[in-house]
Amino acid sequence: MESVIERIERGSFWQFHGGIHPPEQKFLTCTKPIASAQIPEQLIIPIRQHIGQAGNLVVKVGDKVLKGQILSACDSPMSVPIHAPTSGTITAIQSMAIPHPSGLSEACIILTPDGEDTWKQRHICPDFHLLSKIQIIEKIANAGISGMGGAGFPTQVKVSTLAKIDYLIINAAECEPYITADDLLLQEHSPTILDGIKIIDHLLSPKNILIGIEENKTEATDALKKATADIDHIKICVIPTKYPSGGEKQLIKILTGQEVPSGVLPSSLGMVMQNVATCFAIADAVINDTPLIKRVVTISGQALEKPQNVWALIGTPVGFLTRQCGYNNSKNRHLIMGGPMMGFSLPHDQIPVIKTTNCILAPSEIEIASPFSSTSSKEVECIRCGQCADVCPAQLLPQELQWSAKAKDQAQLAKLNLFDCIECGACAYVCPSQIPLVHYYRVAKAEIRQQKLLDIKAEKAKVRFEARKQRLEREKVARAEKHKKAAEARKARMNTDTSAAKSEKSAVADALARVKAKKAQASIKQNTAENDSEDATTTTTTTSAAESSNTSTVDITVESVAAVDDGKSQVANAIARAKAKKLAQKNQAQIDSLDTLQNNESPSSLTSSQAAPVVIDRKAKVAVAVAKAKEKKRQASAANSPSSQVDIIDTATKALKPNAVNLDSVSDDKATQAIDKKAKVAAAMVKAKAQAKMKASLGTETSFNNLEKSTTNLESNIDLGATSECDVPAQVKNVEAAKTKKTQGEPQTVSNIDTKNLDRKTKIAAAIAKAKAKKLAASSDKSPTSE
Amino acid sequence: MSTVIAILVLGVIAALFGALLGFASVQFKVQGDPLAEQLDALLPQTQCGQCGYPGCKPYAQAVANGEAINKCAPGGEDTIKKIADLMGVEVQPLDENHEADNSPKVAFIIEEDCIGCTKCIQACPVDAIIGTTKQMHTIITDECTGCDLCVAPCPVDCIEMIPVATTTQNWQWDLNSIPVVQIN
Repeated sequence: MESVIERIERGSFWQFHGGIHPPEQKFLTCTKPIASAQIPEQLIIPIRQHIGQAGNLVVKVGDKVLKGQILSACDSPMSVPIHAPTSGTITAIQSMAIPHPSGLSEACIILTPDGEDTWKQRHICPDFHLLSKIQIIEKIANAGISGMGGAGFPTQVKVSTLAKIDYLIINAAECEPYITADDLLLQEHSPTILDGIKIIDHLLSPKNILIGIEENKTEATDALKKATADIDHIKICVIPTKYPSGGEKQLIKILTGQEVPSGVLPSSLGMVMQNVATCFAIADAVINDTPLIKRVVTISGQALEKPQNVWALIGTPVGFLTRQCGYNNSKNRHLIMGGPMMGFSLPHDQIPVIKTTNCILAPSEIEIASPFSSTSSKEVECIRCGQCADVCPAQLLPQELQWSAKAKDQAQLAKLNLFDCIECGACAYVCPSQIPLVHYYRVAKAEIRQQKLLDIKAEKAKVRFEARKQRLEREKVARAEKHKKAAEARKARMNTDTSAAKSEKSAVADALARVKAKKAQASIKQNTAENDSEDATTTTTTTSAAESSNTSTVDITVESVAAVDDGKSQVANAIARAKAKKLAQKNQAQIDSLDTLQNNESPSSLTSSQAAPVVIDRKAKVAVAVAKAKEKKRQASAANSPSSQVDIIDTATKALKPNAVNLDSVSDDKATQAIDKKAKVAAAMVKAKAQAKMKASLGTETSFNNLEKSTTNLESNIDLGATSECDVPAQVKNVEAAKTKKTQGEPQTVSNIDTKNLDRKTKIAAAIAKAKAKKLAASSDKSPTSE
Repeated sequence: MSTVIAILVLGVIAALFGALLGFASVQFKVQGDPLAEQLDALLPQTQCGQCGYPGCKPYAQAVANGEAINKCAPGGEDTIKKIADLMGVEVQPLDENHEADNSPKVAFIIEEDCIGCTKCIQACPVDAIIGTTKQMHTIITDECTGCDLCVAPCPVDCIEMIPVATTTQNWQWDLNSIPVVQIN
């Protein structure tokens, strides 16, 4: 059987399936020499310009950099460094629109050139054979070379493959109808490209080197032939012009007759492919120690006065290049990055050129209609002609794919090998219904990728959730175990016959006795309260009912106070207080209940308002506030009593109103006297507590009337109070105001608490107040809905 | 005689198969509910509890036992459709009680406001919040499922849900949304 090389020598090649012959437009640029690079006013250098991860920045804003200086360092093999294309200053590092179909922004380095174009120190190495392979690969990696044909695969990964390579294929096919960048590079720089090929040859030692070039590049072919005349194992393969012969898998098929299976890298078949521009960059990097900072870009299209190839610095805005080529910008036109077949429209002309940019297309409206203009073609229904399947170079079924993509049938898309689609656009090109087929595939691919990511995330979340559940379970068991052990230890200790054990025993017995006594007391009180409330419900709205309810209220207060305070003395105090109160209540019980409430209210408010201006000591203030809160609490629980009439509530709310005013006036007084704000915060807290309690108790009332009143009361409180508890910002403001007041007042008052401590305390107090306000807001939210 | 033999033979065969089935039911017993497992795989695993169940798996089990299929708010219509396909029931619109907005979000703690109360840490179903008592907390963005459960317990309202930003990695090729500027 004829070998591949024999066949190539005979000049006959294989054919890939499908392919199209779009009208050639290479004549626009292929005869003009490459214009030299000019330095724009500003360079926008995206940190990630290739497939893989971005490197870590090693420069910061304001740094002066030299031409070729490294800007981002890399630690993983899939990341590629970037370099300063010219000398200048880093003026910003920010998100800028990058060359991507989405027009989205990514981190970019903004470099303002100084115009001097000063090189960094370079070490020219005329003979690369003196370097070890590892040194060469390091040089390639440090030069930031990624595939320049389009995908941007990191080159050092490709050239350091350990697989046994039979064929090194140099891709000079350049099949896109407009692009001539590689063509011109071959015409002008064949010897350097050959150096690059020799370096790769040295690294990979392939059996054969095949250079695939389309037959329409005669001058480039001649230049190559001249350069490679004396090298035996380099074969120049002039292949028929057909789109997309420049695709990796397609070119492999043409040259070797082998098909690269789905999801397999060509290196596993013993093949490596490099673009000519990449070869040039490798030679430059290894021999001249020049990182990849510029590339040839074809600026073409009939909207330009002088379309040509230019050397463009990486990061040059597209607009700068098109202006250089006489861009006729009188009409609204659109720009395409990449070729007409596989490129994408740019959102504006400040998009930078990156390492993979080989063409900027500025077509006239007749050439390629703007997808954004009204004259652009409209998609119609598929007529099932099957032309797309005929031209598909990947032998897929574009029409079927389209149905499934539209239906979002991911399983079917996977079955139809959607991910083998190279997005060459041949199917969309031939479609008589003008369906943008590739667009549908891209959307579907993105969706599938996203779904895969979500699946991974969901799986991770599930694992974490299960792990957490197990952890909680473990902790529970551990806690139970600990308690059990502690109890056993205690028991063991108590059973020993020491004095300590005995005292402990007696302490436990005491505690038990106390608890029992408490329980008994509570049950007695409960009974009386129940009896009272029963009385209240049976009797109609009379003064006697109000009286009985009053007594029950006091009982309830006593209970709650007893429950809250846990210290023995505190309980005793509370009981004493309650008893005193009860006595006072009973004394006044003869009078109408309304009077009772108001009478109870007025003396305390009087004293408080009198006390406030006089007493400066904050402890006293706190005491006043606490007293007030207690008053309020009592008031609230009075309103809460089962038989409380509308009248009572009314008076309670009325009584509260002046109370609120009082409190505010008190705080105002304080403010004017510039007294430490801690008391204020405390007062606010107590107030909030009281209010919350009252609110809650009112909320339990079934009468709509009462509810309404309570809310109005609350509102009036807000209106009246400079310190409104419902409003978090107001609360914060209040605290802030207090803070400033404090600073003003410090010279006058003798404060023995240091400011730092105060500051922290205020913060905590503010947080607590905030939390309380939130709670209150939540409960007030709830009450209208429950109603 | 032949009747007796027939009965005997059939009896022996029946006993044999019985033993075989008994053995199989013990030996090849499927752990858990396979339907619930399948349903669990369809759910988004945010563990948000919006369905009223403490996590995705309990809801999957409930659906397998006849609970309504339209209670998964983060999954949205897509998940309902998938569950309906699996269960062979009609697709229902999302439960009205749930928000329709199921765009991906992540929680973010406003760190200056955090008082270190650990309430959000206890609420997080996937342990995606780090921090300890009286220390500032923060969210591990990669692990956050956007379930919203940490927002309510926060006493100082310092947690907010931020929509996940579109990057070139997760962009969905929505060409109509590109901010195209006409070049003049």
